[in-house]
Parts: sequence; C-alpha cells; structure tokens
Amino acid sequence: MTEKVLIKGNLAIAKAAIDAGLQCYFAYPITPQNEIGEFMSAEMPRLNKTYINAESELAAINMVIGACATGTKAMTSSSSCAVALMQEAISAMATAEIPGVIISVMRSGPGLGNITASQGDYFQATKGGGNGDYHTIVLAPSTIDESVEFTHRVFHLAWKYKNPAMLLADGFLGQMMEPVEFKQYNFSETNSKDWELDGVGEGENKRPPRKLVSLHMGGDDLIVLNAKMQHKYKQIEENEVLYEEYMMDDAEIMITAFGTVARVCKSAIMELREKGIKIGMLRPKTLWPFPKDIINSYAKKVKLILDVEMNEGQMAQDVKASIDNEVQFELLTKLGGDIIKAGDVVKKVMELNIYAGIN
Amino acid sequence: MPKIIIDESKCKSCGICISVCPNKLINYSKNTNAQGLTPAEFKDTEGKCTGCAMCAISCPEIAIKEVLR
Amino acid sequence: MPELIKEEKVVFKRPNTIKKDYDYTFCAGCGHGIVLRLIAECIDELGVQGDTIAVASVGCSICLEKYFDLDVVGSSHGRAPCVATGVKRAKPNKVVFTYQGDGDAATIGMNETIHTALRGENITVICINNANFGMTGGQASATSILGQKTATTPSGRDPKTFGHPIKISEMVAMCDGAVYVERCGIYNVPSIIKTKKAIKKAFENQIKGLGFSFVEVLCTCPTGWKMKPVQAMKFIEDEITKTHKLGVYKDITR
Repeated sequence: MTEKVLIKGNLAIAKAAIDAGLQCYFAYPITPQNEIGEFMSAEMPRLNKTYINAESELAAINMVIGACATGTKAMTSSSSCAVALMQEAISAMATAEIPGVIISVMRSGPGLGNITASQGDYFQATKGGGNGDYHTIVLAPSTIDESVEFTHRVFHLAWKYKNPAMLLADGFLGQMMEPVEFKQYNFSETNSKDWELDGVGEGENKRPPRKLVSLHMGGDDLIVLNAKMQHKYKQIEENEVLYEEYMMDDAEIMITAFGTVARVCKSAIMELREKGIKIGMLRPKTLWPFPKDIINSYAKKVKLILDVEMNEGQMAQDVKASIDNEVQFELLTKLGGDIIKAGDVVKKVMELNIYAGIN
Repeated sequence: MPKIIIDESKCKSCGICISVCPNKLINYSKNTNAQGLTPAEFKDTEGKCTGCAMCAISCPEIAIKEVLR
Repeated sequence: MPELIKEEKVVFKRPNTIKKDYDYTFCAGCGHGIVLRLIAECIDELGVQGDTIAVASVGCSICLEKYFDLDVVGSSHGRAPCVATGVKRAKPNKVVFTYQGDGDAATIGMNETIHTALRGENITVICINNANFGMTGGQASATSILGQKTATTPSGRDPKTFGHPIKISEMVAMCDGAVYVERCGIYNVPSIIKTKKAIKKAFENQIKGLGFSFVEVLCTCPTGWKMKPVQAMKFIEDEITKTHKLGVYKDITR
C-alpha cells in the first residue's frame, strides 16, 4: 500500500500522466486547469522529456497528433471553450486512427462563461464536437483517486484502439485537494507497432510507406474506412463500458449522475436511506461508451429515475435513450456554475417521493 | 547520341518543354494519349540534342522520365 | 581498343523517393509537380529517404502521400507546422518537413508558421506560393497580388475590401528562431535549379541540426489564373515577383 499524498486534482492528473509514460506535453493556459501545464513545465524538462508552450490550443492538439503519429505518448490539457478549438483535430485523429489523450477540466459556459465548475461539455465530449461519425473515448472521474486511475486508463484505451481518448474532469476536481494513492497500473501493452511512422527504412529492412491521413478522396475509400471505424466503435462499446452501481440492490429510485455531482448524490443517498427511502445510483464512469444496458435493466425494476446534472440535462438524453420501458423520469439540473448540493437532491427526492406515493 | 525519353501516358501537353528546348526538338505529337491529350514528341533527326535536360527539369509531370547524354 | 561507341550516360531520371506508380493529379503546367520532384531529388541525394517523415497540409499540396515513397502524416488546414513540431520533438533523429501552400502556411496557418519559426523547430518548411487557393477553384488568398483577378476578386484584388498581400518570407525572416529563409520560383530553368539548391540547403540545415528553415516557392497555377502554363510562368517572372520579391531573406547557417 503506497502511502497517500495530499494533492491538488490538477497536479494529480499531471503526475499520473507522467507515470503512464507521457513523453510529450503541449501546453496552453486556461483556468481551471493551469496547474497541469505549470507542473509539466518543470517536471518534463527535468525528466528530459518534451514540454512546449503552444501558441494556441489549436496548435497544441496538432502537436499531439504529430508526436502520437510516431507512437510516442503525447497529451494536452485544456477546458471547455478551448477544447472547442480542438474539435477539428480530434475528428481528424479518429479518422486517421491516431491515438492521443486530451484532458478537459470543465468550466461553466456557454461562451467564455466563468471559471466555476460545471458539466456543460458532456455533449462536446461524447457527441463529437468535430465533424462526421466518430467517437472520442470519454472517462469521467468523480474523485482525485479516480482521476489518477482514469488518466492511466485513457492512455491505455487510446493506444489500444488508436483513437483519441479524453479524461473529462471538472473545475471541482481540478482545484480541490484530497489524499491520493499513486498506484501503478500496468495495462497489457495491447496494440502492435506496425502503424507508427518512423521512416520507410532502407536496404533490406525497407518497408512500404505508411500514411496517417484523414483525407480519403479515392473511390469508396471513405465508405470502407467508416465501416472499419463503426466496427471499432462496436468493439469499444462491447468491451470498455465502466460504471458504478451504488446501493442499487433494493433501490426503488435510481439516480443517474456522473463526476463530482455523483459524489454529492452519495451524501444525499445516505441521508435519504436513513429516512427509509430505497434509493441508489448508477454512475457512468465511461461517458462514451455509455452504459446503456445496465441502465435499461435497472429501469425495469425501479419506479423513478432522477437524473442529476450541472447542465441542462445532457446525459439525461442518453439515459432516456437507453430505456425501452415506461418509467417516471425526473431531472434535477443547475446551470451557469450554480452548484448542486446534497440538500438539493434530498429536497427533490422528498418532493417526488410524496408525489410518487412511495413510503 | 543524347536523347530524351517521354512517357506519353504522363504528359498533359502543357507545352512547357516545347518552349524550353533550346534547339526546338520537341513538339506536339499527332496522336492522343489515354487522357485525350496530345503528348509532346521528341524528334531529333540531325542529332542536335545536347542532353542539357532543360526540358526534363521544367516538366511538371516527370513525363520526361530519362535524359541520356 | 578504345570504346567504339561512347557509353550513354543517364543525366536525368525519376527520383527514387517518388513512387514508381505515382500518378500526379495536378492540372497541366502546375508548379507542384516540379517542386515535389525537386524535394524527392534532394531526399535521394542526401540519402535520407529511410528516415524522412513528411507532413502533408490541406490544398493541392495534400496529394503528397500519393506520390512519395515516404511515411506521411496529414494535418488540418494551416496546422502542418504544429504536427511537424510534434513529430520532430518525438523523433529528433528523423528528417521532418512540411509541404504547404500559400493558403495553408500564409493565410489560415500564418500564426502556426510564425510561432514554429520563433521556436526554432529543427524542421524544413516548403511553402508553395501560387497566389490563390488552387484546390478549391482559384479563390484569392492572403498572398494574391493587388489587382489579381480570382474567383473571389472578380475585378481584381482591392486592398479596401481584401487587404494587402502578406509577404510571408519577410515575416518568417523576422523570427529569431529561423536560420534560413528564401523565396525562389519555378518560372524558368535557372529559377528551378536555384529552387532545388534552396530546398537542399533547407534539408541540410535540418540534418546538421541548425534550426528552422523556410523555403517559399513561387509556383504556377494555370487553372486558377486562367492562363496557359507557359504564360503562367511569365506571369510569375513579370508580375508576382514585383510583390513577392525573390531572394535570401535570412541565412545565418554559413
């Protein structure tokens, strides 16, 4: 048991990335994730690895593409409106099948919004802010411990599937401090090296040229590529879904929530359980691939589903889409940096509880 | 005997080599290639070609694929 | 017994770095076809084909990966220098170059070009300047010259509506990280030979680890300019070089 370290979320994510084998980090400052870049600016050169202050987030994500195209682990981190600047490149990464990691620490929007935390970028992350039919693998931690684990996991999944992967944290996680255990995660080295660019070589070990491009003008090249990508996404959906079932065994009410808000809901659930209400939570850890089946199966057992989010109810749409039976569905949402507290959840459930006649 | 070898299938009859050859040894040929264009043709009955390769250097298609001196 | 017939010497042949089954999709008389060959010749002569990674951009220049027997990574419009930065920083012992147009490097990607030069990235940037967006049908770009008729400046580029042409080589030369910046052209044989020398020097700088090299090549775009190829070459010599003056704008590698 390695001992616990009291550390700020942003710094934990940065340290975890280096532990996960990061070789190149491309930075651009934006609150609330500046500490990641600051940490990298000292640590990466010390480990004689690459650190660059990019001229924009647009430049930073394209530097990630360049480094990852050679198989080298690279990453950038940013927030909401600046992650928006990266969408074209993320779509291109998925199309060219280039791995890479993006850390997004959500702030309140829309627009420049402000620097308080929010969950308003669920759609941006999971519905593809870029063009075309592609998906980014998205993991949403709710504690700093989990942020560390998921940072390792996004590197693993990005390289396993040669696809962009995103850690979707929020301003709370980035800015708060918690005791954290920096475990080592040795995921099996999964994919082969036969795609990395390192030059065609010469003499007898000369090989055919490799190309990692996203333009496919010829004949039905793009049709074939899209079919290949869809097949890959099916595989990811079948193998990489992660979620937490919290007190769901006898639950008659199911809360769906992710990230820090899910943690707040746990406190509310404790309080409600003491009042004798059978309530639990299904927390998606992977926002894409989305845990449709488990949600749908619980939807058959519970009488009421309450989706709790600090946005207009974005994940709620995926929750509803997962359910194929009639069940009461309610929303508790706060926007613009307005913070959902445990008390808000308790109050909402109590109102619904009387309304739903469950005692 | 210096000469040039033209790959007719590549020529897009842009005419640059014709304008560049110092001894005017290249002209449009009569026949058309697969692209429906009249490729350049090298005719050097009096052996005036010096193998200077100015035509090949100027060709945007590398249609003049070899120059011998 | 002296040789009776003088053995014929091959003085020109297709470079190895060009694929055997290459099939240029450029318009007749397009400058891209010449410059790509020059790059391939330089890579052959420097013997670095096995360790070269090319970064393609967006525009007519994008077709690079169909012609070169090289590893290629594509980039979004204007961002090739950043992708090249990532490649070079990850694999410093590889030869990395970008192949871009004036739309890519001087219009949408001007910020990336300048900052990559300021960082002194040890890469080679080749910028084809044919004073318009060729691939999309000859629209005006940042380098189009005043009065130039294009698909989007039908009565000639007017500074009041479309501003003044950008002189990208002069700007890049201002960046301390740049070690070698030259603007050349491919409008006649001497200029093509000069262009090859510049490209080769830009690659040599990188191999010696000297820093950022930028070669801008004024090229013909017969379709975009609505001219015959030979006329287009003349247009470079007579008109374009008035705005985009040829010359070495920086060379601190000697």
